[in-house]
Parts: sequence; C-alpha cells; structure tokens
Amino acid sequence: MMWNQMTLLFNDYTFQIVALGTGFLGFLSGVIGTYATLKKESLLGDALSHSALPGIGIGFLIIQSKELVGLLIGATISGLVATAIIQLMSKKSSVKFDSALSLVLSSFFGLGLVIMTHIQGRPNAQQAGLDSFIFGQASAMLVRDVRLIAIIGMIILLIVIVFWKEFKLFSFDPDFGRTLGFSGKFIEFIMSTVIVLTIILGLESVGVILVSALLIGPSVAARQWSNKLGIVLPLAGAIGFISGILGTIISSVGNRIPTGPSIVVVLSIFVIGSLFFSPERGIIAKRSTYKKQRKYFRKQIELLEEEHEK
Amino acid sequence: MEEQKAIKIHQLTVAYDAKPVLWNASVTFKKGKLTAIVGPNGAGKSTLLKTILDFIKPVTGQIEYFVGKQSSEYKEIKNHIAYVPQNSTVDWDFPATVLDVVLMGRYGHLGWFKRPRKKDKDIAKEMLAKVGMTTFFNRQISQLSGGQRQRVFLARALAQEADIYILDEPLAGVDMKTERIIMDLLKELTKENKTVIVVHHDLQTVEAYFDEVVFINQEVLNNGPVSSTFTKGNIDETYRQDRNLGEEEGE
Amino acid sequence: MSIIAEITLIAVVVSVACSLPGVFLVLRGTTMVSDAITHTVLLGIVLAFFITQDLNSPFLIIGATFMGVFTVWVIEALQRTKLLGDDAAIGIVFPLFFSVAIILITRYTGDIHLDQDTVLMGELAFAPFRRLTFFGVDIGARAFITMVIILLINAGFIALFYKELKVTTFDAAFAAAVGFSPILIYYGLMTLVSLTAVGAYDSVGSILVVGFMVGPGLTAYLLTNELKKMIGVTVLIAVINSIVGVRLAFILDSSIAGMIAVITGIVCFLAFTFSPTKGLIRNLLNRRKRQKKFDEKVKNVY
Repeated sequence: MMWNQMTLLFNDYTFQIVALGTGFLGFLSGVIGTYATLKKESLLGDALSHSALPGIGIGFLIIQSKELVGLLIGATISGLVATAIIQLMSKKSSVKFDSALSLVLSSFFGLGLVIMTHIQGRPNAQQAGLDSFIFGQASAMLVRDVRLIAIIGMIILLIVIVFWKEFKLFSFDPDFGRTLGFSGKFIEFIMSTVIVLTIILGLESVGVILVSALLIGPSVAARQWSNKLGIVLPLAGAIGFISGILGTIISSVGNRIPTGPSIVVVLSIFVIGSLFFSPERGIIAKRSTYKKQRKYFRKQIELLEEEHEK
Repeated sequence: MEEQKAIKIHQLTVAYDAKPVLWNASVTFKKGKLTAIVGPNGAGKSTLLKTILDFIKPVTGQIEYFVGKQSSEYKEIKNHIAYVPQNSTVDWDFPATVLDVVLMGRYGHLGWFKRPRKKDKDIAKEMLAKVGMTTFFNRQISQLSGGQRQRVFLARALAQEADIYILDEPLAGVDMKTERIIMDLLKELTKENKTVIVVHHDLQTVEAYFDEVVFINQEVLNNGPVSSTFTKGNIDETYRQDRNLGEEEGE
Repeated sequence: MSIIAEITLIAVVVSVACSLPGVFLVLRGTTMVSDAITHTVLLGIVLAFFITQDLNSPFLIIGATFMGVFTVWVIEALQRTKLLGDDAAIGIVFPLFFSVAIILITRYTGDIHLDQDTVLMGELAFAPFRRLTFFGVDIGARAFITMVIILLINAGFIALFYKELKVTTFDAAFAAAVGFSPILIYYGLMTLVSLTAVGAYDSVGSILVVGFMVGPGLTAYLLTNELKKMIGVTVLIAVINSIVGVRLAFILDSSIAGMIAVITGIVCFLAFTFSPTKGLIRNLLNRRKRQKKFDEKVKNVY
C-alpha cells in the first residue's frame, strides 16, 4: 500500500519537478551556506532574504510581468544594496552589526510591503502573485524554474571550484588573506554575490523567512562530523539535498503540509541529530567524557584530602 | 604583631568542563597589604579572581573572607569587596558620562530599586578628584583615552568604599601618568589597612610596587613577601614551559 | 474620532511600546534574538489557541510570551554547547519553531482564524474595527487597549529597574559582583520583548516588530550620549515615525506598518549619516583632521 503510493508519487511528473528543484536548491544552499557560517555571517542571509522583497516589487513594476529572471535581477540588486548599507553602518560607526542587520531587514521588508500593496491596487495584481516570495511556493514550481535554478546553480558551483583556495582563505581569515596579496574587496564581492544569488534562488520555493535556515542548517549539521572544508562542503550539500527531497515527499504525501516549512523541519532534525550524536564533538559524547573526567577528578581530590588528613 | 588575614583560600580546585584550571590552591591574602598575582597566560589568575568574587563555584575547597573579626560568606560581605574588571570587557560606546560610571560604584550599597542620592553623587565626585578626573565628570566615556578609562574604573571601585579591592590587570595599556596615579592610590588604601589584590603582568615593576606576591601556574607555587619570595628561581619555576597539570592525566 | 486619527493613535502606542525595550536591545547588541522571538511567539499563539480556543484570551498572550522566553533559553543552551556560532544558533532555532507554527496553521486552518498574512504583515488599517467590549460596553479598539497596557508595563519595568538595566548592560561582571544578577535582568527584558511582540503582531506583523523595536532606539543611540536622553529621544522618534508613516501610507494607499518601517529606516540612516557626534560625516571629518595633524607633525620632524 505504502509502496504503491510511493511509486505513484515518484512517477508523478509534478512531484519530479518539484523534488528536483528543492533538492538542487538544498544542495546549493548547503554548499554556499558553509561559507556564510564560516564567516560568522549566518544571519546576514536572513537580512538579505527580507531585503530582496522591494527589488522583486520594483522589478515587477518595470517589466510588468512575473518574468522570473527580471524579478531575480531586481532582488539581487536590492540584496546587494542592503548588504552594502549593513556593512557601511557597522564598520563606519559605533552601530553594532546585529543592530544594523535588524534595522535594514525590517526597513527593506517594509518597503517591499509598501510596493506590493501599491501593486495590489493595480489591475494586473492577480498576475503578480508576489505573495509566493514571502511564503514560498515550491509546489508551484515549473520546469523553467528548475532549469533556471540548475543553470545559475551550475555557474555558482563553477565559481566555488575556481575560487576554492581564495574562498577558503577569506572565510577563515580575511586579514591573513589580504597579507598574501589577494584582492580582498574583489573576493568578498564575489562571495557576497554568490551568497545573495543562492538566497534569491531559494526565495521562490521556501520563502523569505525560511531561506536562511536552508543556508545555515546543512553547514551546521555537516560541521559536526568533520573539520575539513573538503568534507564539510559536500556533506552540507548532501544534507541540503536530502532535506529538500524528503521535505517535498512529506508535503506531497501528507495532508495540507506546506513544502517550505516541511523542508525546514526535516533539516532541523538533521541538525539536532548531528549536534547530539556526532561521535567526537556531539553533546552525548561530550557528556560521557565529562562524566568520566569528573569521576577521575573526584578520586584525585579524595586522595589528596586523605593525604592532608595524615 | 601577628598579621591579619583578609581572604583565606583553602585547597581550592576550579574546573571548566571537568578540566582543572586551578588545582588545590591554598593561599592567604594579608590585610593591609598590596599583593600581586603573577603567572603566565592561562595560568588561572582571572579564574582565581572570579572564584573569589563568587562568579564560579569551585569543585572543592573553601574561601573565607575576613572583614570584621570572623570569617564570612561572600554574600554577607559583597559590599566590602570592590572589583575592577579588565577595561576591555565593557562597551565604551555605551551612552554614559564619567560620573554615571563612577556612581555605579554606589549601586551595591543602594541595593535593588533605590536610586542614587546627593550623598552618593558627592562620594562619586570625591573619588573622581582622587584620580585627577574632576574636570571630566560630564564627559562621554567614549571620548576617554585608555588611561583615563582605567582611572574612571578605579574611581568607581573607590566609590564602593570597600575593604578589599580586587583589580584585574589595571595597568595594562595605560600611560605612565595613570600608572603612577593608580599605584599611589592603591598604596594609600593599604595605609588605611585596606587590602588590595592585583593581577599583574609586568614582572619588572613587581618589586617597586607590591608588598606581597603570589606565583600561580594552575596551582599556587609560591607566595610571601616580595623581598623574600620574588626570586629568579621562583619566577623561572612559574614560567617554565612544560608545566601542564591534569590534562594528560585525565584520559 | 476619525478612523485616521484612531489608526494614528494606535500606531503611536504600538511604536512607543516596542521602542522602549528596544533601547536595551540596541545597547546589548542582541537585536537579532528579538527578531527570533517575534517569529517564535507565533508557535506560542497557535499552541495556546489549541488550549484556550479563544484568540482574545489573556492566557493566549501569556502562553505566547512564555514561548518567546523559551526561545531565548533554547538559543542560549545551543550557544553554550559551543558547537555552532552564536548567530547560527539563532538562525537554527527560529525557522524551526516558525515552520512548525506554519504547518499547524495550514493543517488546522479551518479551526483557527489566523491566516499567515495577518500574522506576518499585520494590518493596522483593520485595528480600529476590532473592538473590545466590557459587559457589553465598547471601551475601545482591542489593539489600542492591549498596547497601552503593554506600554505601561514596559515603562514601569524600565523605571523600576533603570539602575539595574544600566549597570548589567554596561558591565555585566561588575554588576554580578555587586549583587545584581545580569541573567535575571536579561530574562526580564526578554520577557518584555516577547510580551510586546505578542501584543503587536496583529497590528504590525511579526516581521516588522523588530524594526519598531530597534529603529527608534538605534536612531537615538546615534544622536545622544546619555542613557536618559537616549530613552527620551527614542520615544520622540517612535512618535514622529509613526505619525509620518500613517500619513504617507494614506496618501500612497499602501501598507501602514510597512510605511512606518520604511520611515524608521530612513530616519535612522539620516541620523547615521548626519549625527553631529557619531555620524558618518563627522567620523570622516575627524579622520581628515587627524590625518592633517599627523602630516604636519611628520613635516615638522623632517
């Protein structure tokens, strides 16, 4: 029965498209997210996804249709502008990075809402369907969406391979990178662009709020199993990929379960599992060494006290 | 005359995550003395201070505080201890004036809810005068130099009107003028029979500034009057590279 | 009272109520924790609704507030493991809680009169129409009454614990040494943040709440040098932002909360650029002055 349902599902064309799309997105954000978390800029992704909204709105106003490429260009530009403002505020004044992030996030999102509500008052509002960017509509993914994700994804992966060494250096220790003579600004611009592009691609399927989880989750989970970037990166990609597909399956089989949140829940299970069960750093492993050490420790102190009593 | 105790530490062991940082440390800080705690980085100097201040609970051992005649618990005498943290640990962009910060020294005496009164402000201003910063009282703290910040911190500690003063590297990165002001004031405190304990990083100045010295490297290695204890042998023993306690024994 | 006037009044009360705890979030640099809270209280609202079956129940507010505080606790527990970065811990916790909330809302959407749009974006324009009645007598818009109470609680907490908030924020180690527990004060503050987020979500939506909390405080931070003045300026900026925002929203026929958030961002950016003491231009001028002085010194030496 279950098996039949599964084969039916896997033969379903719509499911194939959606699963392919979310799986690939998961893979991509797993890989790129690893750099963002290494740079300790995990939450920048959250701010960026919110900041993309006005770009999408303005893009729609200019091209007057829901042509994905146009909207994505708008989103990328507004995401980059937001990043620039956050960096400017936190580096050129006593404003803390975290405060700049929150301010830009909500102001840009507010601007997005203002533009969206403005659009909704227009005759072609229905055509816009821009709500999908806020909550994500993976189930409505079309072949051309998946094709676009695949093409841009390939380009991003190519960039990662070409700049492998530089990215590694700059995500660990940008100051050291600069001393070696790499152009810091250029590499950081490429990295930001790649991160922004990945987020924008994720917007349509999981939406503004949850896309940052897709970026952070896989790398945090993968990080628990290895210290080597060469292993963490593909592992994060794999975890993202599996979460994407599993989340899509659950949402297709289950009754009224939205895809984006379903992917995030699956991903979170991977994260929590890794945090607890990873053999060396994991919470359980640590707890048992802690107990052993404390036992040893107590004994030493008892011996010491006995000695004093003598 | 027998020397009086201020703080008596008995077989103190402190650990983070079951890793020992301080091992079986016993030392007595004498009343009315200026004591330096010296040792290499990671030797447990700050940990000792934090345990004395009750931030960290020790695994074993006792700390006794002597403010009156009898020994007391930390909670009973917390208003008799003034603490000066490393000044790098706070956010100097915080919107406060110099006087605001010094007034915080009165908070412990005020307790919850009560606001500082004129008397507290007078004390704060008096202490600012002592550190030579009277004219700065209304200055925004972000505009102070490193030395001035340290003096503000000292003024805050003085405003606590305590019996025991604990300072974590107060001379790190300060100018000569500030260093002199701070050391003169600390000397003056000991003349009033107050106890001063300083984590100190500069071995060159120990002999000039302090009465007592405590050598720490995960355990208390030596302690006593500077004249007899601050010897080359003791320094070498403390700063030896291969000292490493507990860690490899743990497995 | 006209509808615009009533909306303006509600907007002002919401803005001021949010901005007060925001002052201390800005000073601590924990604004993103509040962003997480504003999302996770949604799960609290949904779960509390299953128990109370009433969206207007005060228990719903208490339950949801508790979820916000629980979020802070989970984030801190994760951060303590040192297995992941501090901000990654925030970024793991809130999407999970939020996702569970969205799944629950979607599955039981027939039973809960909560739709995603209102929860996330709020709608101030509808606020005057949701009335609160007491023994059959209309006593005002529900959002207004709720937020006035929350505003009073926030103001009362800050007035009562002003000294404690100040010392724990500036120097936590010192505060602990003199007997004021920084953890206690922090959780007190975060309880206010949760309570405010729960109260404000149906007016301004859970995404924009964080802007309402951070924006005025950050603007005041850039303009003042003393905590009391900073709190005063924060309130003033919150009032101005909301009045201007509501006006503009009506002129352009757009989302009111969104417009207030935009104004908040613009005003703060202006303060960042032009602040006479901490602004961008001031900093650039200072640096040029220092450079000049330095050049002269170098010239004098050679």
